[in-house]
Amino acid sequence: MREVRTGAFAFAMLALLVLAAPLLAPYDPGRQFPGYQYAPPMRPHVVDADGTWHLPFGYALRSVDPLERRYAEDRTRRVTLSQDSPWFLLGSDALGRDVLSRLLIGARLSLGVALLSALLAIAIGAGVGAAAGYAGGWIDALLMRTADLVIVLPGIYVVLALRGVLPLVLTTTEVFGGLVGVLGLVGWPAVARGVRGILIVERRLEYAEAARALGAGPLRMLARHLLPATRGFLAVQATILVPAFVMAEATLSFVGLGFAAPAPSWGAMLNDAAAVRIAADAPWLLAPAAAIFATVFVVQAVTSDHDTVFATEPPS
Amino acid sequence: MALYLLRRGIAALLLVFAVTSGALLLAQLAPGDYASQFGLSVDEIAAQRHTLGLDRPFTEQYTRWLRRGLTLDFGESFQLRRPVTELVRERAANTALLALSALVLATVLGIPAGIFTGSRRSGAALRLLRGLSLVLLSVPPLISSLVLLTIAARTGWLPVSGMDGPSHFVVPTLALALPIAAMLERLQSQTIRDALNRPFAISARARGIPEGRIVWRHGWRQSLGPVLAIYGVVIGSLFSGSFAVEMVTSWPGLAELMRQALMTRDTYLVAGCAAAGAGFLAIGILASDVAHALADPRIEGAHGA
Repeated sequence: MREVRTGAFAFAMLALLVLAAPLLAPYDPGRQFPGYQYAPPMRPHVVDADGTWHLPFGYALRSVDPLERRYAEDRTRRVTLSQDSPWFLLGSDALGRDVLSRLLIGARLSLGVALLSALLAIAIGAGVGAAAGYAGGWIDALLMRTADLVIVLPGIYVVLALRGVLPLVLTTTEVFGGLVGVLGLVGWPAVARGVRGILIVERRLEYAEAARALGAGPLRMLARHLLPATRGFLAVQATILVPAFVMAEATLSFVGLGFAAPAPSWGAMLNDAAAVRIAADAPWLLAPAAAIFATVFVVQAVTSDHDTVFATEPPS
Repeated sequence: MALYLLRRGIAALLLVFAVTSGALLLAQLAPGDYASQFGLSVDEIAAQRHTLGLDRPFTEQYTRWLRRGLTLDFGESFQLRRPVTELVRERAANTALLALSALVLATVLGIPAGIFTGSRRSGAALRLLRGLSLVLLSVPPLISSLVLLTIAARTGWLPVSGMDGPSHFVVPTLALALPIAAMLERLQSQTIRDALNRPFAISARARGIPEGRIVWRHGWRQSLGPVLAIYGVVIGSLFSGSFAVEMVTSWPGLAELMRQALMTRDTYLVAGCAAAGAGFLAIGILASDVAHALADPRIEGAHGA
């Protein structure tokens, strides 16, 4: 059950980040610091120009050319994470907002959507897979053909088409719910296939026969005996779905069909950085890209045996 | 073989039919329609709906659209007032071009790398390649294209958007191909490793056949089946990735057309884009099935009866 533990660990870490984000973010993600548009990241120091040691600090920025938005370090003024003069550890964006704070608060939206929709997809997938595996016959055939159809389609286009059903302009909360629903609806088939395959094998084993002989009904059979056998598989699926959904949210928000400004989701932030000239002049605005990469990489690294990724589907 | 081909062909047609119908139905379920988004008066909206045929029941619209669809006439775009077939043809060709060049590049990079890493036990090159592909696996095309684009813009080496010549292909093709190359590398590596542990490889080694020949002549053939089978899946992720890459690099492909069509509730254009995408997908899966069957004749009877 190594998969269960590592998968649960990855989940817990991401959930922790989502919950702790407001404590970690130095500034309000919507706060605009006037005169600090496109400020570059300010490096942390511990020793000042005179060679005295301090707690970590940054040097304040002095605007050199407000038109070209060029800044220079003011070596005489030290700033800490106080509220009056900003310390942009990851720079600031077009409106003078702190990128780090937006990144952390954005994690709540991006990772929150991904985690919840992965849970939804797994719930739907386990339900459908259980129904197909237990019922057999034409119900099984119908459900599995549907699953096959959804699996071969390019996921993002399906997400896009489903997103098209919802109204174009939504509040952030509505977008959150809508995305969770849409992604959950797109993500279930691989889960369902796997659960069905496991159930078909498990229900013929002796412990299942015994339980049935003792008079366990279909629901009890599934809940108490058969579905627990799919735990390891479901954990692996979660580690596949979460990264995929982080990417899906980013793509949707990037093209303007997910979270919209001023909500700081990672995709919406990348949308701000999308203009080529901006990304070239202010590469720190690509910080959300690094965050997405880190998330995906961590989740993949946690399920350390990478070669099993392709072998997750049990024989059906 | 003929029967197998026929069965897979029918499945491909069903796929196109299901996807286009699904797209049309979803576009229909969306709140509001094309006519209702311009703040017109009630009478004007009704008149618009009448000219566009939106006032008839959905089943009637659908059967009419389907009948005409059989002759490849997918109706007219509400917004652009041009036949959908004409609009989609050009954009779909661009998307197919991008997808195809990325697929070729991913294959050329990923498969040899996979054979290399799968047949070595240790070494710096092995660790380097393996690490590289693990990193690339975590880079979705949205990010690879943004990063490559930023590099191109900062260095000025390459053009950053559109498609006006060969140099415009570099950024989008690389962005799309690299993650897929990593995926192919991982799979090829694993399958060839399995193949080289089978008795035939051990006996070949015992007979003194050089290791290079065992790997490239015997092991590779054995590992071909699973790799070809994955191409059916790769084509799906190729189009998914192509969407992000096209949006980032302003590639004049299906992605932008589809997005616009969805946002303006241009129902027939949505369905047309879906039809084109599903068509490519079906062709790709069919090709993958055929190649798989050719490489491994056992597959014919066993596959999806």
